[in-house]
Amino acid sequence: MSVTIRVQTDVFDPGVEIQLLGTVSQQVGAVTSFTGLVRDINEQAGVSGLYLEHYPGMTEKQIALIIDEAAERWQVLAATVIHRVGALVPADPIVFVGVSSQHRGDAFHACEYIIDFLKTRATFWKKEQTQTGDRWLTTRDSDVATANDWESGPR
Amino acid sequence: MINVILFASIREALGTQGLQVTVAESLSVAALVSHLGQTQGELWHEELGRENVLVAVNQAMVSFDHVVLADDEVAFFPPVTGG
Repeated sequence: MSVTIRVQTDVFDPGVEIQLLGTVSQQVGAVTSFTGLVRDINEQAGVSGLYLEHYPGMTEKQIALIIDEAAERWQVLAATVIHRVGALVPADPIVFVGVSSQHRGDAFHACEYIIDFLKTRATFWKKEQTQTGDRWLTTRDSDVATANDWESGPR
Repeated sequence: MINVILFASIREALGTQGLQVTVAESLSVAALVSHLGQTQGELWHEELGRENVLVAVNQAMVSFDHVVLADDEVAFFPPVTGG
């Protein structure tokens, strides 16, 4: 399995990453991806920007663990996770997850598993800038529930 | 020497990125939190003792009964919000 993990301030190009995932092996029959963008509305309206910090070293280890878990459950030929940190504004791409497999089922499931657990286990923190001031975001119960769903049985 | 590091809202509440702690013998994370409350001020005990605070030792998640050894890196942080 070919694994790429990057935490960066720079923007990324999902098209380039998807293309690379398709070229890791001639066995690849499916490439799936998820790109997350910064919303202008979260729990409060009027988000003008975000600041993201992370725990260098641990973040990459946590993401590698999540990819390994996905690869134990499904056939994964390559996986790429890119997450941006620093200052971002609405509509900026913030996270990319891509998976290549021989078949689409493995690629879809592994991609969804990786983004679901990245949200609850990778050491990133978002601070929102709003009209009423800055505030640290709190974990969404719905994200925890989504990740926990994977524990309760096969999909 | 234990290297304590703090992230996000906890770092801001305590006004520091972390500190180094010398203790006489190995102790649990919970005992380390009590020690920090006694030596650094009650605010430390309050912030690090919150129910949702997470702890990692040497960049792996642990529970508060995990025993910390000399030269360990102990990180405290709120629930993560990436993605």
